[in-house]
Amino acid sequence: MPSLPDMMTADAEALARAAGKGGAAPLEAGSPAHDLFTGLCRLGDNTLILGHRISEWCGHAPVLEEDIALANVALDLIGQTQLWLGLAAQVEGRGRSADNLAFLRDAWHFSNILLVERPNGDFGHTLMRQFLFDAWHAPMLKALEGSNDARIAEIAAKAGKEVAYHLERSADLVIRLGDGSAESHARMQDALERLWPYAGEAFIGDAVDARLAEAGLMPAPDSLRPQWEATVNEVLGAATLSAPESRFAHQGGRQGRHSEHLGHLLCTMQWLQRAYPGARW
Amino acid sequence: MSSEWPLWEVFIRGQHGLNHRHVGSLHAPDAQMAIRNARDVYTRRNEGVSIWVVRSGDITASSPSEKGPLFDPANSKVYRHPTFFDIPDEVGHM
Repeated sequence: MPSLPDMMTADAEALARAAGKGGAAPLEAGSPAHDLFTGLCRLGDNTLILGHRISEWCGHAPVLEEDIALANVALDLIGQTQLWLGLAAQVEGRGRSADNLAFLRDAWHFSNILLVERPNGDFGHTLMRQFLFDAWHAPMLKALEGSNDARIAEIAAKAGKEVAYHLERSADLVIRLGDGSAESHARMQDALERLWPYAGEAFIGDAVDARLAEAGLMPAPDSLRPQWEATVNEVLGAATLSAPESRFAHQGGRQGRHSEHLGHLLCTMQWLQRAYPGARW
Repeated sequence: MSSEWPLWEVFIRGQHGLNHRHVGSLHAPDAQMAIRNARDVYTRRNEGVSIWVVRSGDITASSPSEKGPLFDPANSKVYRHPTFFDIPDEVGHM
């Protein structure tokens, strides 16, 4: 699906150049630096987009305690984004910063999985999305701790502690709501069925993933599937929820092909830097 | 919704060796969730190494109307403070 040009700024990259950023030739596709840049953006874009999505709950969660807990998770994810995209910008070596990558790229340059750009839905839907993501995120970071690149291993170790708590929390709430009232059970089962086709994308690798795995920089996506399935089966079982049989997975996010939802999200997230390029506070 | 959940009092120990201190209260359906919520509400800025929660209803408190009989008699007992007494020099540092 081709995306339309950004309506507010005809050429965001020209604006960035005018602000003294970028300008050098982009990294060559298929080069080790471009592969690493891509892998790091995929990590940082997942945490950025999910972090923004969860932050939409701020002030709207069903109770104060959940409101602040969700905000904490969102802030953890945004913090991890700064590290991943900061390293991506460093690897790219074109004078861009984590902020440039977050606020001045357009939808087709984002490489998050489609799951994290799904709209929040109700509270149960948000938690189910969080759980399906956390169950992948935790083993992913564990594997990244063994990366040949010490910078990646360090970020993964720091983020891993935060994500261990995210998973504990989302799993617990999925169980409580799934195994709760008839109403909460029905909502969680509905959320599971709606989100299930978006859960598999994280495990489908492409040529970039293969080269990164070969170089010992990041794990092959499909290597994380057994652990994810073990966690998901255990928690869904305890939650009395049943996962659909199908393994069909919507794909494209990791390659920059997104659903319409990402554009709306970016519109909100990026408008200030788009309207007032280089604005600081 | 939160009115259906009981209220819990939260106590946080800031550092090893210090006592747990009352920091506030929150709502939660059970003790485990109260601990989780306390972690998210009260230890966001690295305040704690340990959390206690107790159902607010399980706390027995003194009544403000008994304040006089309970506390006034201690007002005039200055000799209950160690500083009231002169320590002989020979005792040295205590």
